[in-house]
Amino acid sequence: MEILTKVHAGNLVRWAKDKPQVVVLSADLTGSVEIAEFQAAYPDRFFSMGIAEQNMVSFAAGLAREGFVPFIHTFAVFIYRQALNQVTSSVAYSFLPVKMFGFLPGITTPGGATHQAIDDVAVMRAVPNMTVFETADATEIESILDPVLSTSGPVYVRMLRGEVPRLFPREEPFRPGVPRVLSMGDDITLITAGICTEEAMRATSAIAKRGLSIHHVHVSTHKPFVSPALLDAVSRPRLGVITMENHTVIGGLGSEVAELLAENGIGKKLIRIGLQDTFAHGGSRPYLMKKYGLDAMALVQRVEGLVRGSLGISEADLASVRIEAVHSLAKAEAL
Amino acid sequence: MEHTLASNGGYLSQACCAAEILATLYLKIMRLGPSAAAAIPGPFPGVPGPHNEAYVTGGQYHGIIDRTSDRFYLSPAHYALVLYAALIEAGRMAPEGLAQFNKDGSTVEMIGAEHSPGFSMMGGALAQTLSQAAGIALARRLKGEEGRVWVFLSDGEFQEGQTWEALASLAFYRLDRVTVYVDVNGQQCDGETKNVMTTEPLGKRIESFGCKALTVDGHDPVALNNAAELPSDGRALFVLCQTDPCRGIPLLNERRPKLHYVRFTSAEERERYATWYREHLAPESAED
Repeated sequence: MEILTKVHAGNLVRWAKDKPQVVVLSADLTGSVEIAEFQAAYPDRFFSMGIAEQNMVSFAAGLAREGFVPFIHTFAVFIYRQALNQVTSSVAYSFLPVKMFGFLPGITTPGGATHQAIDDVAVMRAVPNMTVFETADATEIESILDPVLSTSGPVYVRMLRGEVPRLFPREEPFRPGVPRVLSMGDDITLITAGICTEEAMRATSAIAKRGLSIHHVHVSTHKPFVSPALLDAVSRPRLGVITMENHTVIGGLGSEVAELLAENGIGKKLIRIGLQDTFAHGGSRPYLMKKYGLDAMALVQRVEGLVRGSLGISEADLASVRIEAVHSLAKAEAL
Repeated sequence: MEHTLASNGGYLSQACCAAEILATLYLKIMRLGPSAAAAIPGPFPGVPGPHNEAYVTGGQYHGIIDRTSDRFYLSPAHYALVLYAALIEAGRMAPEGLAQFNKDGSTVEMIGAEHSPGFSMMGGALAQTLSQAAGIALARRLKGEEGRVWVFLSDGEFQEGQTWEALASLAFYRLDRVTVYVDVNGQQCDGETKNVMTTEPLGKRIESFGCKALTVDGHDPVALNNAAELPSDGRALFVLCQTDPCRGIPLLNERRPKLHYVRFTSAEERERYATWYREHLAPESAED
């Protein structure tokens, strides 16, 4: 699997070259959210707002009212926790094109509970007028900016930084509202988002070798959460649906799927893998994923619970899995 | 006061404080185009969103937003009734529009919203309007526009941390096209500001944040206008308007220190105010 570094940094500079209406706002985390390159390339379109996120969000609303498209960059917690009233009253109510890039989703940071955005999807999707996206790999990071700009009104992006894998081919860009079907099957439907998609892919091939067919769907649009592919996915499994998210199971992907099941009268068992209504703490990503049951082995165990038997898969089996970029199996047009 | 009597309650002291400030802003200071809105406000247009093409803000009462005109944002949205009255006196809204005040389905709401006459933001949470005005001023500078950005603020908003964040950014980006008229009435919901959480010395605090503060008599239109004509020294100007929340209605003094919202507690009390109103303020008496 190809691993890339600081994908957003260079991509944003290239993409914004011919978009003078796009301005970038930073709250003293310029290097940490990969916008130092933008600052260097377009100093006239970069605005340092200091450690003052509430003012930054409302200030951005003012810029948007006069025709600019502010791209707010900071750690996610400082957007949806520190400045939720500003996000709601200054930006979302007025349906202003303020685009918010929130970094450090879930347990992707050793920074501990104050830095880990474990409930951002739940909070932001509850805000009317808000669109909520999440990135999982280099291809999505590279291709999300056009959809962010073309989506009317405010957009919140759960963003990855630093080293990211390429899970999806470059020629299959991020498309709003269109999930990726990574494998097709009828025993279990697995719906994943963000970094959990890569983690799930470590387990799905091993599980498939044990004779279970997994219908694996990757989601990158949390809101609006409507798609024929999703409805098809949750309708088909014999044993049940499993969701896997780098987020609390309350209000995020697991809840989105629960709502989809209930509102369509689909009576499938649902297992939600994610933070089980708990804060996390500071530590490495592998340590945290294991401790809080977000890793491939946790998925194996939940599948074993569904089939009521051991699959005989060990940690060593999963560690040796080599992940390659996967084409979406289903053509969106056909679904 | 007519409305306070009719609805047995209202933000009456805010009108006593802000009448001269808003009158001077609308009639003397601000360069606004003619109103682009219906003289009698239409019904609630729905909230903004992807499917509400017909939506317009109450900012239309300040004219078409163009490159040259000024912008005006009133932050404390509970001053709505005062703003509506000012729009009427400035010829931007028909007096009949006030009949819709606080009526279901109307835009003439008690706490002004973005669709309410004279509003173009959601200021009700306080402190956010000044930050937005700062962003607007920066945007206008980037676009090479000359128009000024006027903000009306209440002194209680200086208890909000965001207000000070906004001041920091006004100073840092030298947004001197922003001028803020502050109603320094020393009053808030729980009583006198000095006993709730003092904001003094307000002028010194503002200056220490890199903005300019100027104290004036908030009931003196000449002084209010002179502040607007001061040459810029590169700093955003805060005009601290010292006001009397009982100005013009001395009867209100008996309610001190609770003046935030006037509600009559008995028919007798209401009648006393009604009598005073008939004798001193009613249009008939003015014509005598």
